[in-house]
Amino acid sequence: MSARMSTGRTVAAHAVLLTYTLIALFPVFVIVINSFKSRKAIFADPLALPLPGNFDLIGYQTVMKQGDFFLYFQNSLIVTAASLFFVLLFGAMAAFALSEYRFRGNTLMGLYLALGIMIPIRLGTVAILEIMVASGLVNTLTALILVYTAQGLPLAVFILSEFMKSVSNDLKNAGRIDGLSEYRIFFSLVLPLVRPAMATVAVFTMIPIWNDLWFPLILAPSEEVKTVTLGAQVFIGQFVTNWNAVLAALSLAIVPVLVLYLIFSRQLIRGITAGAVK
Amino acid sequence: MASGKPVRWHIAVFLAPAVLVYSALMIIPLFGTLLQSLFNKGEAGARMFVGLGNFAKLFGDALWSDAFWNALGNNTWFFVIHMLVQNPIGIALAAILSTPRLRMAVFYRTAIFIPTILSFVIVGFVWKLILSPIWGIAPGMLDAVGLKFLFTPWLGKEEYALTALALVSVWQFVGIPMMLIYAALLSIPDEVLEAAEMDGITGWSQFWKIKLPLILPSIGIISILTFVGNFNAFDLIYVAQGALAGPDFSTDILGTFLYRTFFGFQLQLGDPYMGSAIAGSMFGIILIGVCVYLFGIQTRLRRYQF
Repeated sequence: MSARMSTGRTVAAHAVLLTYTLIALFPVFVIVINSFKSRKAIFADPLALPLPGNFDLIGYQTVMKQGDFFLYFQNSLIVTAASLFFVLLFGAMAAFALSEYRFRGNTLMGLYLALGIMIPIRLGTVAILEIMVASGLVNTLTALILVYTAQGLPLAVFILSEFMKSVSNDLKNAGRIDGLSEYRIFFSLVLPLVRPAMATVAVFTMIPIWNDLWFPLILAPSEEVKTVTLGAQVFIGQFVTNWNAVLAALSLAIVPVLVLYLIFSRQLIRGITAGAVK
Repeated sequence: MASGKPVRWHIAVFLAPAVLVYSALMIIPLFGTLLQSLFNKGEAGARMFVGLGNFAKLFGDALWSDAFWNALGNNTWFFVIHMLVQNPIGIALAAILSTPRLRMAVFYRTAIFIPTILSFVIVGFVWKLILSPIWGIAPGMLDAVGLKFLFTPWLGKEEYALTALALVSVWQFVGIPMMLIYAALLSIPDEVLEAAEMDGITGWSQFWKIKLPLILPSIGIISILTFVGNFNAFDLIYVAQGALAGPDFSTDILGTFLYRTFFGFQLQLGDPYMGSAIAGSMFGIILIGVCVYLFGIQTRLRRYQF
């Protein structure tokens, strides 16, 4: 291959990728820059950067005065963190049982748990709501945590058991000879070794939970248990003409998930390439 | 069969929490919903077994079937757009990203995936703003390149709204096929590509003749993921057009139809029985898709072991 041709190809590759990156980021950019501008500037020139002439924090002030937004953030944080904890713990335990031991019904149990990867949990909503009404869990964060734990488990078990198969048997057997119980082998030997896979599962589990609108809308719509996604949706409805406030609320809703994504993004691709999703 | 082997209780302990939560909140409600779709309100308002009556009503009774077939047709178009636009773009981006020694690949990959992590609320709202004729970013930009005549309020016109929203959804989710295909391309061993280069197969023809056949299983996976995701979609339409999926139901898909039927809207009361029947139909559609994939496509794809 001549050097000239390969330079041309590299330039073309960068041109395509850069164009698509701009398309991907443009809408986010529009929200964020306009959230820092005065109302007049938003309408007069939507694409102008916030400069001293049009800079205004009125939107953020409105959101702060609204007050509930901190509560919504707190709810989303509790729901996401608790669901994530249970998905990782229960998922890793089940994955260990499936990948480590040979017992009757092992394959069948694996298939049973994998069913949920393909069949969306939403289709059971009618019955889930009935269960929650019957057990008095409607409008509690517990209801959301339970549902999201069930939703996240199938993929977690699937990915983690693939990884656990690759943990060396010698290590576990050495532990057994030293008299460690099966529980100790799981918690102190195996779990630390599959941490990268846990990070991958964490990203895949976390994003849909944080962004979900369906279950908060149906199971927990009341004010004190609203999540930030539902809160933002309702806020847009109420403040439909107050664009400063809406844009500021949306910018605030982007931040937490963006930060988490940037922290975990390396793990994400590492987990996929390691063969979890082949 | 008392073989004298001790019962290995720890297996049960490891499995129990996951199996319990998963069964109680996923499998049992799913079958509960399927079962409920076979019932309806009797004359006295009591629950009454009607067999497949609800489904007959849903598919055949003009009161229900118009809305149902409309939603199913729209949903199919929604899926077709994803298959024709999202997945080819995702594969193309992944192929370019996997160019060896490409600088800033991490940056591009990270940036292109960002829309995927945003919530539908943000995505729906921002595209409504951008496409809005009032605020006018889209008309302004078209004006700048002299194409202003092309602009119409896409989200407000029956003939364009669904396609516009499908493209918004493509914009949001193109990162998923990109990531999966990218990972598959990275896992192709260098020896295979070197051997191809020795034979003079490089560039485009290398992609078509060597890489594409090797990543076909991954393309199969993204197709079925797209299918399941699309026939289960709800949020974007709800956020952008509301539960009525306007204008005039032109963006109504099965998810929004289920929501309206189950919870009611405006003057219509919610109907859990017909809601269950719609959920049951969605279950059937997804099941057919998954079976076609598992038995018709996946088994025919040749997998290569390296």
